[in-house]
Amino acid sequence: MTADSPAILEVSGLGFSFGPKRALDDVSLDLGAGEFKVLLGPNGAGKTTLFSLITRLHESTEGEIRIEGAELRRDPGRALARMGVVFQQPTLDLDLTVQQNLLYHAALHGLGRAESLARIETELGRLGMAERARERVRRLNGGHRRRVEIARALLHRPGLLLLDEPTVGLDVPTRQTIVAHVHRLAREDGVAVLWATHLIDEVAADDSVAVLHEGRRRAQGSLSQVLAETGAADIGAAFAALTQAGPAGQAPVGDTT
Amino acid sequence: MNGRHYARCFAGIATREALRFVQQRERFIAALVRPLVWLVVFAAGFRSVLGVAILPPYDTYITYDVYIVPGLVGMIQLFNGMQSSLSMVYDREMGSMRTLLVSPLPRWFLLVCKLLAGTLVSILQVYAFLAVAWMFDIRMAPLGYLVLLPVLVATGLMLGSLGMLLSSVIKQLENFAGIMNFVIFPMFFLSSALYPLWKMQETSLLLYRVCAVNPFTHAIEAIRFALYGQFNGAAVLLVLLTLGILLALAIYGYDPARGMMSRKGGGD
Repeated sequence: MTADSPAILEVSGLGFSFGPKRALDDVSLDLGAGEFKVLLGPNGAGKTTLFSLITRLHESTEGEIRIEGAELRRDPGRALARMGVVFQQPTLDLDLTVQQNLLYHAALHGLGRAESLARIETELGRLGMAERARERVRRLNGGHRRRVEIARALLHRPGLLLLDEPTVGLDVPTRQTIVAHVHRLAREDGVAVLWATHLIDEVAADDSVAVLHEGRRRAQGSLSQVLAETGAADIGAAFAALTQAGPAGQAPVGDTT
Repeated sequence: MNGRHYARCFAGIATREALRFVQQRERFIAALVRPLVWLVVFAAGFRSVLGVAILPPYDTYITYDVYIVPGLVGMIQLFNGMQSSLSMVYDREMGSMRTLLVSPLPRWFLLVCKLLAGTLVSILQVYAFLAVAWMFDIRMAPLGYLVLLPVLVATGLMLGSLGMLLSSVIKQLENFAGIMNFVIFPMFFLSSALYPLWKMQETSLLLYRVCAVNPFTHAIEAIRFALYGQFNGAAVLLVLLTLGILLALAIYGYDPARGMMSRKGGGD
Protein backbone atom coordinates (compact mmCIF):
# COMPACT_ATOMS: atom_id res chain seq x y z
CA MET A 1 0.00 0.00 0.00
CA THR A 2 1.34 3.39 -0.86
CA ALA A 3 1.23 6.06 1.75
CA ASP A 4 -1.01 8.42 -0.18
CA SER A 5 -3.74 5.94 -1.11
CA PRO A 6 -6.86 6.56 0.94
CA ALA A 7 -7.82 3.87 3.41
CA ILE A 8 -10.75 1.76 2.22
CA LEU A 9 -10.99 -0.31 5.37
CA GLU A 10 -9.82 0.89 8.77
CA VAL A 11 -10.20 -1.38 11.76
CA SER A 12 -8.90 0.02 15.00
CA GLY A 13 -8.74 -1.43 18.48
CA LEU A 14 -11.43 -3.99 17.74
CA GLY A 15 -12.34 -6.41 20.51
CA PHE A 16 -15.09 -8.97 20.86
CA SER A 17 -16.11 -11.69 23.30
CA PHE A 18 -18.50 -14.60 23.05
CA GLY A 19 -19.58 -14.68 26.66
CA PRO A 20 -16.42 -15.42 28.64
CA LYS A 21 -14.43 -16.40 25.55
CA ARG A 22 -12.28 -13.64 24.14
CA ALA A 23 -12.53 -13.97 20.37
CA LEU A 24 -10.74 -10.79 19.29
CA ASP A 25 -8.52 -8.49 21.26
CA ASP A 26 -7.35 -5.05 20.17
CA VAL A 27 -7.20 -5.86 16.47
CA SER A 28 -6.22 -3.10 14.06
CA LEU A 29 -6.00 -3.42 10.30
CA ASP A 30 -5.99 -1.11 7.37
CA LEU A 31 -6.41 -1.59 3.71
CA GLY A 32 -5.93 0.83 0.81
CA ALA A 33 -7.41 0.88 -2.68
CA GLY A 34 -5.97 -1.84 -4.88
CA GLU A 35 -4.35 -3.59 -1.95
CA PHE A 36 -4.61 -7.37 -1.67
CA LYS A 37 -4.23 -8.31 1.95
CA VAL A 38 -4.07 -11.91 3.06
CA LEU A 39 -5.45 -12.41 6.53
CA LEU A 40 -3.60 -15.47 7.73
CA GLY A 41 -4.53 -17.42 10.78
CA PRO A 42 -4.97 -21.00 11.87
CA ASN A 43 -8.50 -22.32 12.35
CA GLY A 44 -10.07 -20.64 15.33
CA ALA A 45 -7.79 -17.60 15.16
CA GLY A 46 -10.76 -15.25 14.96
CA LYS A 47 -10.85 -14.65 11.20
CA THR A 48 -14.52 -15.45 10.85
CA THR A 49 -15.35 -13.39 13.92
CA LEU A 50 -13.49 -10.46 12.40
CA PHE A 51 -15.46 -10.92 9.17
CA SER A 52 -18.73 -11.11 11.07
CA LEU A 53 -17.93 -7.81 12.75
CA ILE A 54 -16.84 -6.08 9.54
CA THR A 55 -20.01 -7.29 7.81
CA ARG A 56 -22.10 -6.25 10.84
CA LEU A 57 -23.56 -9.68 11.45
CA HIS A 58 -22.72 -8.80 14.96
CA GLU A 59 -21.63 -5.60 16.49
CA SER A 60 -18.85 -4.82 18.89
CA THR A 61 -18.70 -1.87 21.22
CA GLU A 62 -14.91 -2.06 21.45
CA GLY A 63 -13.03 -0.28 18.74
CA GLU A 64 -14.10 1.05 15.39
CA ILE A 65 -14.59 -0.12 11.82
CA ARG A 66 -14.66 2.33 8.92
CA ILE A 67 -15.34 1.55 5.30
CA GLU A 68 -14.38 4.39 2.95
CA GLY A 69 -14.68 6.66 5.94
CA ALA A 70 -18.17 5.55 6.98
CA GLU A 71 -18.24 4.26 10.52
CA LEU A 72 -20.09 0.97 10.60
CA ARG A 73 -22.05 1.51 13.80
CA ARG A 74 -23.14 5.05 13.03
CA ASP A 75 -23.65 4.75 9.30
CA PRO A 76 -24.16 1.06 8.49
CA GLY A 77 -26.05 1.65 5.24
CA ARG A 78 -23.27 3.65 3.63
CA ALA A 79 -20.60 1.29 4.89
CA LEU A 80 -22.37 -1.90 3.77
CA ALA A 81 -23.19 -0.43 0.35
CA ARG A 82 -19.46 -0.25 -0.38
CA MET A 83 -18.70 -3.81 0.64
CA GLY A 84 -18.85 -7.08 -1.26
CA VAL A 85 -18.68 -10.32 0.70
CA VAL A 86 -17.95 -13.95 -0.08
CA PHE A 87 -18.75 -15.96 3.01
CA GLN A 88 -17.05 -19.16 3.99
CA GLN A 89 -20.27 -21.18 3.74
CA PRO A 90 -22.07 -21.15 0.41
CA THR A 91 -24.93 -18.69 0.42
CA LEU A 92 -26.57 -19.29 -2.94
CA ASP A 93 -30.13 -20.51 -3.39
CA LEU A 94 -29.65 -23.93 -4.92
CA ASP A 95 -33.10 -24.08 -6.49
CA LEU A 96 -32.78 -20.76 -8.28
CA THR A 97 -30.76 -20.12 -11.41
CA VAL A 98 -27.48 -18.26 -11.34
CA GLN A 99 -29.14 -15.21 -12.81
CA GLN A 100 -32.03 -15.29 -10.33
CA ASN A 101 -29.55 -15.44 -7.47
CA LEU A 102 -27.62 -12.49 -8.84
CA LEU A 103 -30.75 -10.43 -9.60
CA TYR A 104 -31.83 -10.91 -6.00
CA HIS A 105 -28.54 -9.56 -4.75
CA ALA A 106 -28.66 -6.62 -7.17
CA ALA A 107 -32.17 -5.76 -5.97
CA LEU A 108 -30.98 -5.72 -2.36
CA HIS A 109 -28.47 -3.11 -3.45
CA GLY A 110 -31.10 -1.08 -5.27
CA LEU A 111 -29.99 -1.76 -8.84
CA GLY A 112 -32.60 -1.64 -11.59
CA ARG A 113 -33.26 -4.69 -13.74
CA ALA A 114 -31.61 -3.56 -16.98
CA GLU A 115 -28.48 -2.40 -15.24
CA SER A 116 -28.39 -5.55 -13.14
CA LEU A 117 -28.57 -7.79 -16.19
CA ALA A 118 -25.77 -5.89 -17.88
CA ARG A 119 -23.54 -6.13 -14.84
CA ILE A 120 -24.36 -9.80 -14.34
CA GLU A 121 -23.27 -10.52 -17.89
CA THR A 122 -20.03 -8.60 -17.38
CA GLU A 123 -19.11 -10.19 -14.07
CA LEU A 124 -20.01 -13.73 -15.12
CA GLY A 125 -18.18 -13.19 -18.41
CA ARG A 126 -14.99 -12.24 -16.62
CA LEU A 127 -15.11 -15.58 -14.82
CA GLY A 128 -16.03 -17.57 -17.91
CA MET A 129 -19.48 -18.27 -16.52
CA ALA A 130 -21.68 -16.23 -18.87
CA GLU A 131 -23.27 -19.24 -20.52
CA ARG A 132 -24.22 -20.67 -17.14
CA ALA A 133 -26.52 -17.78 -16.22
CA ARG A 134 -29.71 -19.76 -16.69
CA GLU A 135 -28.59 -22.92 -14.99
CA ARG A 136 -29.78 -23.83 -11.56
CA VAL A 137 -27.08 -23.47 -8.94
CA ARG A 138 -27.71 -27.04 -7.79
CA ARG A 139 -26.28 -28.26 -11.08
CA LEU A 140 -23.01 -26.35 -10.70
CA ASN A 141 -19.92 -27.79 -9.06
CA GLY A 142 -18.27 -26.19 -6.03
CA GLY A 143 -15.78 -24.18 -8.05
CA HIS A 144 -18.44 -22.72 -10.28
CA ARG A 145 -20.63 -21.87 -7.31
CA ARG A 146 -17.72 -19.97 -5.78
CA ARG A 147 -17.23 -18.04 -9.00
CA VAL A 148 -20.89 -17.08 -8.97
CA GLU A 149 -20.49 -15.84 -5.41
CA ILE A 150 -17.50 -13.73 -6.41
CA ALA A 151 -19.43 -12.29 -9.36
CA ARG A 152 -22.31 -11.57 -7.00
CA ALA A 153 -20.11 -9.75 -4.52
CA LEU A 154 -18.95 -7.41 -7.30
CA LEU A 155 -22.35 -6.52 -8.81
CA HIS A 156 -22.76 -3.34 -6.80
CA ARG A 157 -19.14 -2.32 -7.56
CA PRO A 158 -17.84 -2.34 -4.01
CA GLY A 159 -14.62 -0.64 -2.99
CA LEU A 160 -13.91 -3.40 -0.53
CA LEU A 161 -14.13 -7.13 -1.21
CA LEU A 162 -14.07 -9.54 1.72
CA LEU A 163 -13.48 -13.24 1.17
CA ASP A 164 -13.52 -15.72 4.03
CA GLU A 165 -11.61 -18.91 3.15
CA PRO A 166 -12.95 -18.72 -0.41
CA THR A 167 -10.97 -21.68 -1.76
CA VAL A 168 -11.75 -24.28 0.90
CA GLY A 169 -12.76 -27.56 -0.66
CA LEU A 170 -11.81 -26.60 -4.21
CA ASP A 171 -9.33 -28.41 -6.45
CA VAL A 172 -5.96 -26.86 -7.27
CA PRO A 173 -6.69 -25.46 -10.76
CA THR A 174 -9.92 -23.87 -9.53
CA ARG A 175 -8.12 -22.38 -6.54
CA GLN A 176 -5.49 -20.90 -8.82
CA THR A 177 -8.11 -19.43 -11.15
CA ILE A 178 -9.94 -17.77 -8.28
CA VAL A 179 -6.79 -16.48 -6.60
CA ALA A 180 -5.61 -15.03 -9.92
CA HIS A 181 -8.97 -13.45 -10.68
CA VAL A 182 -9.21 -11.68 -7.36
CA HIS A 183 -5.63 -10.46 -7.66
CA ARG A 184 -6.56 -8.99 -11.01
CA LEU A 185 -9.55 -7.23 -9.44
CA ALA A 186 -7.23 -5.54 -6.97
CA ARG A 187 -4.58 -4.67 -9.52
CA GLU A 188 -6.76 -3.54 -12.42
CA ASP A 189 -9.94 -2.26 -10.77
CA GLY A 190 -8.41 -0.93 -7.59
CA VAL A 191 -10.63 -3.04 -5.35
CA ALA A 192 -9.30 -3.41 -1.83
CA VAL A 193 -9.30 -7.12 -1.02
CA LEU A 194 -9.21 -8.81 2.37
CA TRP A 195 -8.64 -12.52 1.80
CA ALA A 196 -8.80 -14.74 4.85
CA THR A 197 -7.14 -18.12 4.67
CA HIS A 198 -5.09 -20.62 6.60
CA LEU A 199 -3.35 -21.73 3.43
CA ILE A 200 0.01 -19.97 3.24
CA ASP A 201 0.55 -20.93 -0.37
CA GLU A 202 -2.12 -18.43 -1.35
CA VAL A 203 0.15 -15.53 -0.44
CA ALA A 204 1.68 -13.93 -3.53
CA ALA A 205 4.99 -12.05 -3.44
CA ASP A 206 3.50 -8.56 -3.64
CA ASP A 207 0.59 -9.14 -1.26
CA SER A 208 0.40 -7.59 2.12
CA VAL A 209 -0.16 -9.87 5.05
CA ALA A 210 -1.85 -9.72 8.42
CA VAL A 211 -1.45 -12.60 10.81
CA LEU A 212 -4.15 -13.33 13.34
CA HIS A 213 -3.63 -15.81 16.16
CA GLU A 214 -5.78 -16.46 19.20
CA GLY A 215 -7.77 -13.31 18.58
CA ARG A 216 -4.77 -11.00 18.39
CA ARG A 217 -3.07 -9.51 15.39
CA ARG A 218 0.50 -10.79 15.42
CA ALA A 219 1.79 -9.01 12.35
CA GLN A 220 0.80 -6.67 9.59
CA GLY A 221 2.66 -5.30 6.60
CA SER A 222 4.06 -6.25 3.24
CA LEU A 223 5.29 -9.79 2.88
CA SER A 224 8.92 -8.67 2.94
CA GLN A 225 8.36 -6.56 6.08
CA VAL A 226 6.81 -9.47 7.93
CA LEU A 227 9.65 -11.74 6.85
CA ALA A 228 12.24 -9.22 7.95
CA GLU A 229 10.65 -8.68 11.32
CA THR A 230 10.22 -12.34 12.09
CA GLY A 231 13.63 -13.20 10.70
CA ALA A 232 12.04 -16.01 8.73
CA ALA A 233 13.12 -17.25 5.33
CA ASP A 234 9.64 -17.64 3.92
CA ILE A 235 6.06 -16.96 4.88
CA GLY A 236 5.61 -20.52 6.07
CA ALA A 237 8.34 -20.13 8.64
CA ALA A 238 7.10 -16.67 9.61
CA PHE A 239 3.57 -17.99 10.04
CA ALA A 240 4.82 -20.87 12.15
CA ALA A 241 6.86 -18.53 14.31
CA LEU A 242 3.97 -16.15 14.83
CA THR A 243 1.32 -18.75 15.55
CA GLN A 244 3.16 -21.42 17.46
CA ALA A 245 4.57 -19.23 20.17
CA GLY A 246 2.50 -19.04 23.34
CA PRO A 247 -0.16 -16.39 23.67
CA ALA A 248 1.44 -14.65 26.63
CA GLY A 249 3.84 -11.78 26.37
CA GLN A 250 4.35 -11.83 22.65
CA ALA A 251 4.52 -8.37 21.22
CA PRO A 252 2.89 -7.86 17.83
CA VAL A 253 5.39 -7.17 15.09
CA GLY A 254 5.30 -5.53 11.74
CA ASP A 255 2.94 -2.75 12.73
CA THR A 256 2.75 -0.27 9.91
CA THR A 257 -0.27 1.62 11.15
CA MET B 1 -30.72 5.07 -0.61
CA ASN B 2 -33.92 6.56 -1.88
CA GLY B 3 -37.45 5.26 -2.16
CA ARG B 4 -36.63 3.46 -5.35
CA HIS B 5 -33.94 1.46 -3.60
CA TYR B 6 -36.48 0.37 -0.97
CA ALA B 7 -39.01 -0.58 -3.64
CA ARG B 8 -36.45 -2.59 -5.63
CA CYS B 9 -35.29 -4.31 -2.49
CA PHE B 10 -38.82 -5.37 -1.59
CA ALA B 11 -39.50 -6.51 -5.16
CA GLY B 12 -36.29 -8.55 -5.12
CA ILE B 13 -37.12 -10.26 -1.83
CA ALA B 14 -40.71 -10.98 -2.88
CA THR B 15 -39.58 -12.35 -6.25
CA ARG B 16 -37.14 -14.66 -4.54
CA GLU B 17 -39.79 -16.02 -2.16
CA ALA B 18 -42.19 -16.52 -5.04
CA LEU B 19 -39.58 -18.32 -7.16
CA ARG B 20 -38.62 -20.57 -4.30
CA PHE B 21 -42.26 -21.32 -3.69
CA VAL B 22 -42.92 -22.18 -7.32
CA GLN B 23 -39.80 -24.30 -7.57
CA GLN B 24 -40.41 -26.24 -4.39
CA ARG B 25 -43.50 -27.93 -5.68
CA GLU B 26 -43.56 -30.45 -2.83
CA ARG B 27 -43.93 -27.63 -0.37
CA PHE B 28 -46.92 -26.24 -2.21
CA ILE B 29 -48.56 -29.63 -2.49
CA ALA B 30 -47.94 -30.36 1.19
CA ALA B 31 -49.37 -26.97 2.10
CA LEU B 32 -52.48 -27.79 0.13
CA VAL B 33 -52.90 -31.44 1.05
CA ARG B 34 -52.53 -30.92 4.79
CA PRO B 35 -55.68 -28.82 5.28
CA LEU B 36 -57.54 -30.86 2.68
CA VAL B 37 -56.95 -34.03 4.63
CA TRP B 38 -58.41 -32.32 7.68
CA LEU B 39 -61.34 -31.05 5.66
CA VAL B 40 -62.16 -34.21 3.77
CA VAL B 41 -61.27 -36.90 6.27
CA PHE B 42 -61.36 -35.42 9.74
CA ALA B 43 -64.29 -33.08 9.24
CA ALA B 44 -66.30 -35.69 7.39
CA GLY B 45 -65.88 -38.07 10.30
CA PHE B 46 -66.80 -35.51 12.89
CA ARG B 47 -69.67 -34.12 10.94
CA SER B 48 -72.02 -36.71 12.35
CA VAL B 49 -70.69 -36.46 15.90
CA LEU B 50 -70.40 -32.76 16.35
CA GLY B 51 -73.14 -30.30 15.63
CA VAL B 52 -72.27 -26.65 15.80
CA ALA B 53 -74.92 -24.38 17.26
CA ILE B 54 -75.78 -21.05 15.78
CA LEU B 55 -73.18 -18.54 16.82
CA PRO B 56 -71.90 -15.43 15.08
CA PRO B 57 -70.92 -14.98 12.31
CA TYR B 58 -73.13 -17.93 11.33
CA ASP B 59 -76.84 -17.21 11.06
CA THR B 60 -77.95 -20.78 10.68
CA TYR B 61 -76.87 -24.24 11.72
CA ILE B 62 -73.68 -25.17 9.94
CA THR B 63 -72.01 -28.47 9.35
CA TYR B 64 -68.67 -29.21 10.95
CA ASP B 65 -66.70 -29.05 7.73
CA VAL B 66 -67.92 -25.50 7.21
CA TYR B 67 -66.92 -24.66 10.77
CA ILE B 68 -63.31 -25.75 10.47
CA VAL B 69 -62.49 -23.97 7.20
CA PRO B 70 -61.28 -20.76 8.91
CA GLY B 71 -59.19 -22.86 11.29
CA LEU B 72 -57.59 -24.62 8.34
CA VAL B 73 -56.89 -21.28 6.66
CA GLY B 74 -55.14 -20.30 9.89
CA MET B 75 -53.28 -23.60 9.84
CA ILE B 76 -51.92 -22.90 6.37
CA GLN B 77 -50.58 -19.58 7.54
CA LEU B 78 -49.26 -21.05 10.77
CA PHE B 79 -47.28 -23.72 8.92
CA ASN B 80 -46.08 -21.27 6.34
CA GLY B 81 -44.97 -18.78 8.98
CA MET B 82 -43.04 -21.42 10.87
CA GLN B 83 -41.61 -23.00 7.78
CA SER B 84 -40.36 -19.94 5.97
CA SER B 85 -38.92 -18.36 9.07
CA LEU B 86 -37.60 -21.41 10.79
CA SER B 87 -35.81 -22.54 7.69
CA MET B 88 -33.51 -19.63 8.53
CA VAL B 89 -32.22 -21.76 11.36
CA TYR B 90 -30.73 -24.25 8.99
CA ASP B 91 -27.20 -23.58 7.92
CA ARG B 92 -27.80 -23.11 4.27
CA GLU B 93 -30.66 -20.79 5.02
CA MET B 94 -28.53 -19.00 7.52
CA GLY B 95 -26.21 -18.42 4.61
CA SER B 96 -28.87 -16.81 2.49
CA MET B 97 -30.00 -14.86 5.52
CA ARG B 98 -26.47 -13.47 5.72
CA THR B 99 -26.56 -12.12 2.21
CA LEU B 100 -29.77 -10.36 3.18
CA LEU B 101 -28.40 -8.95 6.41
CA VAL B 102 -25.19 -7.56 4.90
CA SER B 103 -27.12 -5.55 2.33
CA PRO B 104 -27.27 -1.82 2.99
CA LEU B 105 -30.90 -1.07 3.81
CA PRO B 106 -31.92 -0.93 7.48
CA ARG B 107 -32.29 -4.33 9.02
CA TRP B 108 -35.86 -3.81 10.25
CA PHE B 109 -36.87 -3.05 6.68
CA LEU B 110 -35.20 -6.20 5.35
CA LEU B 111 -36.93 -8.33 7.98
CA VAL B 112 -40.33 -6.76 7.31
CA CYS B 113 -39.83 -7.35 3.56
CA LYS B 114 -39.05 -10.98 4.23
CA LEU B 115 -42.14 -11.35 6.40
CA LEU B 116 -44.37 -9.65 3.85
CA ALA B 117 -43.01 -11.82 1.06
CA GLY B 118 -43.65 -14.96 3.13
CA THR B 119 -47.15 -13.72 3.92
CA LEU B 120 -47.92 -13.19 0.24
CA VAL B 121 -46.90 -16.78 -0.43
CA SER B 122 -49.16 -18.00 2.38
CA ILE B 123 -52.05 -15.99 0.93
CA LEU B 124 -51.61 -17.74 -2.41
CA GLN B 125 -51.79 -21.05 -0.58
CA VAL B 126 -54.93 -19.97 1.27
CA TYR B 127 -56.79 -19.01 -1.88
CA ALA B 128 -55.72 -22.23 -3.58
CA PHE B 129 -57.16 -24.12 -0.60
CA LEU B 130 -60.39 -22.11 -0.68
CA ALA B 131 -60.72 -22.88 -4.37
CA VAL B 132 -60.50 -26.60 -3.64
CA ALA B 133 -62.91 -26.21 -0.74
CA TRP B 134 -65.30 -24.55 -3.19
CA MET B 135 -65.23 -27.76 -5.21
CA PHE B 136 -66.26 -29.58 -2.05
CA ASP B 137 -69.26 -27.27 -1.85
CA ILE B 138 -67.92 -25.11 0.92
CA ARG B 139 -68.67 -21.73 -0.54
CA MET B 140 -68.64 -18.24 0.85
CA ALA B 141 -70.18 -15.09 -0.53
CA PRO B 142 -67.85 -13.32 -2.99
CA LEU B 143 -67.56 -10.41 -0.56
CA GLY B 144 -66.12 -12.81 2.03
CA TYR B 145 -63.18 -13.72 -0.19
CA LEU B 146 -62.46 -10.03 -0.64
CA VAL B 147 -62.74 -8.98 3.00
CA LEU B 148 -60.53 -11.93 3.85
CA LEU B 149 -57.53 -10.50 2.01
CA PRO B 150 -56.50 -7.67 4.38
CA VAL B 151 -57.17 -9.92 7.35
CA LEU B 152 -54.87 -12.57 5.90
CA VAL B 153 -52.11 -9.99 5.57
CA ALA B 154 -52.39 -9.21 9.29
CA THR B 155 -52.66 -12.82 10.44
CA GLY B 156 -49.89 -13.94 8.07
CA LEU B 157 -47.55 -11.25 9.35
CA MET B 158 -48.38 -12.16 12.94
CA LEU B 159 -47.57 -15.83 12.44
CA GLY B 160 -44.52 -15.01 10.33
CA SER B 161 -43.21 -12.73 13.08
CA LEU B 162 -43.65 -15.54 15.55
CA GLY B 163 -41.55 -17.81 13.36
CA MET B 164 -38.92 -15.13 12.88
CA LEU B 165 -38.76 -14.50 16.60
CA LEU B 166 -38.33 -18.22 17.24
CA SER B 167 -35.60 -18.39 14.61
CA SER B 168 -33.72 -15.63 16.40
CA VAL B 169 -33.77 -17.34 19.80
CA ILE B 170 -33.52 -21.02 18.91
CA LYS B 171 -29.91 -22.08 18.62
CA GLN B 172 -30.37 -25.19 16.67
CA LEU B 173 -33.19 -27.20 15.34
CA GLU B 174 -32.71 -30.87 14.63
CA ASN B 175 -35.83 -30.96 12.56
CA PHE B 176 -39.27 -29.57 12.20
CA ALA B 177 -40.66 -31.94 14.83
CA GLY B 178 -39.66 -29.82 17.80
CA ILE B 179 -41.60 -26.89 16.49
CA MET B 180 -44.50 -29.15 15.58
CA ASN B 181 -44.72 -30.40 19.13
CA PHE B 182 -44.10 -27.24 21.03
CA VAL B 183 -45.54 -24.50 18.85
CA ILE B 184 -47.81 -25.65 16.06
CA PHE B 185 -49.77 -28.36 17.89
CA PRO B 186 -50.47 -26.39 21.07
CA MET B 187 -51.35 -23.27 19.12
CA PHE B 188 -53.63 -25.16 16.80
CA PHE B 189 -55.39 -27.41 19.28
CA LEU B 190 -55.73 -24.79 21.99
CA SER B 191 -57.64 -22.49 19.72
CA SER B 192 -61.07 -22.15 18.17
CA ALA B 193 -59.84 -23.87 15.00
CA LEU B 194 -61.45 -27.27 15.62
CA TYR B 195 -64.19 -26.50 18.13
CA PRO B 196 -66.01 -23.40 19.26
CA LEU B 197 -64.71 -22.06 22.55
CA TRP B 198 -68.02 -22.58 24.39
CA LYS B 199 -67.64 -26.28 23.74
CA MET B 200 -64.21 -26.15 25.33
CA GLN B 201 -65.67 -24.26 28.27
CA GLU B 202 -68.06 -27.10 28.98
CA THR B 203 -65.12 -29.46 29.30
CA SER B 204 -62.51 -27.46 31.13
CA LEU B 205 -62.51 -23.88 32.28
CA LEU B 206 -58.74 -23.79 32.35
CA LEU B 207 -58.38 -25.00 28.77
CA TYR B 208 -61.04 -22.52 27.76
CA ARG B 209 -59.04 -19.68 29.26
CA VAL B 210 -55.86 -20.82 27.55
CA CYS B 211 -57.72 -20.95 24.24
CA ALA B 212 -59.21 -17.52 24.81
CA VAL B 213 -55.81 -15.86 25.24
CA ASN B 214 -54.15 -17.78 22.41
CA PRO B 215 -53.48 -15.20 19.69
CA PHE B 216 -54.10 -17.91 17.11
CA THR B 217 -57.73 -18.08 18.29
CA HIS B 218 -58.12 -14.41 17.49
CA ALA B 219 -56.45 -14.85 14.13
CA ILE B 220 -58.94 -17.60 13.30
CA GLU B 221 -61.91 -15.59 14.54
CA ALA B 222 -60.79 -12.61 12.44
CA ILE B 223 -60.57 -14.95 9.44
CA ARG B 224 -63.93 -16.58 10.27
CA PHE B 225 -65.81 -13.29 10.38
CA ALA B 226 -64.03 -11.97 7.31
CA LEU B 227 -65.07 -15.04 5.32
CA TYR B 228 -68.67 -14.01 5.97
CA GLY B 229 -68.00 -10.44 4.95
CA GLN B 230 -67.93 -9.23 8.56
CA PHE B 231 -65.29 -7.41 10.47
CA ASN B 232 -64.46 -8.69 13.94
CA GLY B 233 -62.86 -5.56 15.35
CA ALA B 234 -61.75 -7.05 18.65
CA ALA B 235 -60.06 -10.03 17.00
CA VAL B 236 -58.35 -7.92 14.36
CA LEU B 237 -57.15 -5.50 16.99
CA LEU B 238 -55.69 -8.32 19.08
CA VAL B 239 -54.00 -9.76 16.00
CA LEU B 240 -52.45 -6.39 15.19
CA LEU B 241 -51.35 -5.92 18.78
CA THR B 242 -49.73 -9.36 18.87
CA LEU B 243 -48.16 -8.68 15.50
CA GLY B 244 -46.64 -5.45 16.82
CA ILE B 245 -45.16 -7.13 19.87
CA LEU B 246 -43.81 -10.18 18.03
CA LEU B 247 -42.35 -8.09 15.24
CA ALA B 248 -40.61 -5.75 17.65
CA LEU B 249 -39.14 -8.74 19.50
CA ALA B 250 -38.06 -10.40 16.24
CA ILE B 251 -36.30 -7.23 15.09
CA TYR B 252 -34.65 -7.01 18.49
CA GLY B 253 -33.65 -10.67 18.10
CA TYR B 254 -31.83 -9.83 14.87
CA ASP B 255 -30.11 -6.77 16.33
CA PRO B 256 -26.41 -7.13 15.49
CA ALA B 257 -25.41 -5.75 18.87
CA ARG B 258 -26.98 -8.77 20.47
CA GLY B 259 -24.90 -11.02 18.28
CA MET B 260 -27.52 -13.71 17.97
CA MET B 261 -25.66 -15.12 15.00
CA SER B 262 -22.72 -15.89 17.20
CA ARG B 263 -24.59 -18.51 19.15
CA LYS B 264 -25.60 -20.28 16.02
CA GLY B 265 -22.34 -21.19 14.43
CA GLY B 266 -21.51 -17.79 13.06
CA GLY B 267 -18.27 -17.80 15.02
CA ASP B 268 -15.15 -19.72 14.24
